[in-house]
Amino acid sequence: MNSKKMQLNKNLTNNLITYGLVIAAFFVVQGMIWTGKSSSLMQGLLVPLCVYVILAVSLNLTVGILGELSLGHAGFMCVGAFASAFFSKCVQEAIPNSGLRFFLAILIGAAAAGLFGILIGIPVLRLKGDYLAIVTLAFGEIIKNIINVLYIGKDGNGFHFSMKDALSLHMESDGVLIINGAQGITGTPKDSSFIIGVALVLITLWIVLNIIHSRDGRAIMSIRDNRIAAESIGINITKYKLMAFSVSAALAGVAGVLYAHNLSTLTALPKNFGYNMSIMILVFVVLGGIGNIRGSVISAVILTLLPELLRGLNSYRMLIYAIVLIVMMLFNWSPKCIEFRERYSLKRLLKNRNHNKKEAE
Amino acid sequence: MSFITYLINGISLGSVYAIIALGYTMVYGIAKMLNFAHGDIIMVGGFTVFTIVTTLGLPPALGILAAVIICTVLGLVIEKIAYRPLRKAASPLAVLITAIGVSYLLQNMALLIFGANTKSFTSVVNFSGLKLADGRINITGETIVTILSCIIIMAGLTFFINKTKAGQAMLAVSEDKGAAQLMGINVNGTIALTFAIGSALAAIAGVLLCSAYPSLTPYTGAMPGIKAFVAAVFGGIGSVPGAMIGGILLGVIEIFSRAYISSQMADAIVFGVLIIVLLVKPTGILGRNIQEKV
Repeated sequence: MNSKKMQLNKNLTNNLITYGLVIAAFFVVQGMIWTGKSSSLMQGLLVPLCVYVILAVSLNLTVGILGELSLGHAGFMCVGAFASAFFSKCVQEAIPNSGLRFFLAILIGAAAAGLFGILIGIPVLRLKGDYLAIVTLAFGEIIKNIINVLYIGKDGNGFHFSMKDALSLHMESDGVLIINGAQGITGTPKDSSFIIGVALVLITLWIVLNIIHSRDGRAIMSIRDNRIAAESIGINITKYKLMAFSVSAALAGVAGVLYAHNLSTLTALPKNFGYNMSIMILVFVVLGGIGNIRGSVISAVILTLLPELLRGLNSYRMLIYAIVLIVMMLFNWSPKCIEFRERYSLKRLLKNRNHNKKEAE
Repeated sequence: MSFITYLINGISLGSVYAIIALGYTMVYGIAKMLNFAHGDIIMVGGFTVFTIVTTLGLPPALGILAAVIICTVLGLVIEKIAYRPLRKAASPLAVLITAIGVSYLLQNMALLIFGANTKSFTSVVNFSGLKLADGRINITGETIVTILSCIIIMAGLTFFINKTKAGQAMLAVSEDKGAAQLMGINVNGTIALTFAIGSALAAIAGVLLCSAYPSLTPYTGAMPGIKAFVAAVFGGIGSVPGAMIGGILLGVIEIFSRAYISSQMADAIVFGVLIIVLLVKPTGILGRNIQEKV
């Protein structure tokens, strides 16, 4: 009983440290803005920073907790971004209150991405490891491809839909083009702000950390550690896998909403919603530590700020990411490296020293 | 008549996919890992030939030879440095993520060395091709060379795997690493050999791909690489004839959807095929169903 309580307290302290870190960072940055010490470049980075943190934390739920590699995280973000931007653009006049509108947009973005997560998850989660990775990658590319040929307009008669070009929508003269194929959505209301971003980061952390430390979270982790053993003690594999995957997708959708409402023009380019983006999020997760939520937050912040602060490094940025990815994996997972680290770890050296001291006494 | 032209173009593109898919499927069969960097080795092969033939003005045959050698060495080095230490890692994700890192590394090195601009690749094939049925069907020289190379490679590989000692060793290692080692097979050496063959094939595929579609960027290899993986899965991963069938089918599907449905949607359709295949028959056309034992 006592040990369980201690365990709970330990989790609680750990979680509080994570929340505290985000809140402290928020006040430091806000303080810099109030005292006028921050540059406009820095201020422009704040919302993307929140987007990346949410993406990294949500991907860590799939990669670290569920133990499956998803390379389509940017695809879910894309779904969330376009669904919510579409919504905001449609109701821009109907709901003038930007707070309420953005709240609804977040719900819609999350629901749309979560729905896609379930749709993709049901067939795909039966596959293992490499197959799952390649299918999620394929999904991300399909989404990007479809959005680039999607045309949706609105006139007096309602919505018009086409996958060819804007002319084949057959709209009346008062029609407004909402999604214009490869040109995307223009004129999304700029509802995102740093404060909302931080609030969303905290909500994401709250959701993910609560899942991890719940009964469901332990079930998910048991599937990761040994699928057959988990199945044999009656854990519903599909249900829990789907749960983790769709929550992760929905949170990526939230990040997409935040991203879409920070830009005036939203287009689905390889740069923002492609394979590269998914890899970048994966780098955040790997560098922060697979399965370590706080690590994801910290590494997302550092890896976003570092190349911006060191402008000269920008052309080497991706190269450095690649090397970081390889070196971190070798260092963390190679049996030889693990052995080496255990032999020379600081903890053990200190322990040995104490041990020797005691013996001397 | 255009139907036949599309079909031939499809088979030609499919042959390139098949050659790339052979590399994927062999490595997957033996090392049980998805070598994400395979597609980028194609790009390295392309750039090697580009440098030697276009920049230095040397004969194409030399370029191809250099590409094959450089890619083989590259494949061996990657296997040795990045994949071998992780072979006994606890999580199968570790080596997959490392492979993604290697793929990224190759792309960005090429980006730094050659820049992001598209290079126009001079075809290594210098005969004009055939005109059939009063010029209504036009088969380019590249198409003929591609299809022929694919057939030769396929036959050579089948012979190598089934009739030589090294090929038999590869089969043994892919069946059971531990048992193969007990029989005195050098497991590390055999896996390295597989990587070498796969990379050499990737170099040839790179030359053929760039000859048929003469634009070269650091990202040239990424998309064909992923599609070739789709082809390997389609045919049944681990199976050499499966890679061939999957590759050609995929090439034909891609060219037909480009021609008859929508050129922008072709990639989406190809990936849609992958998802459907995995749903209906996850082991692919010629794949074996392996029951998991506890």
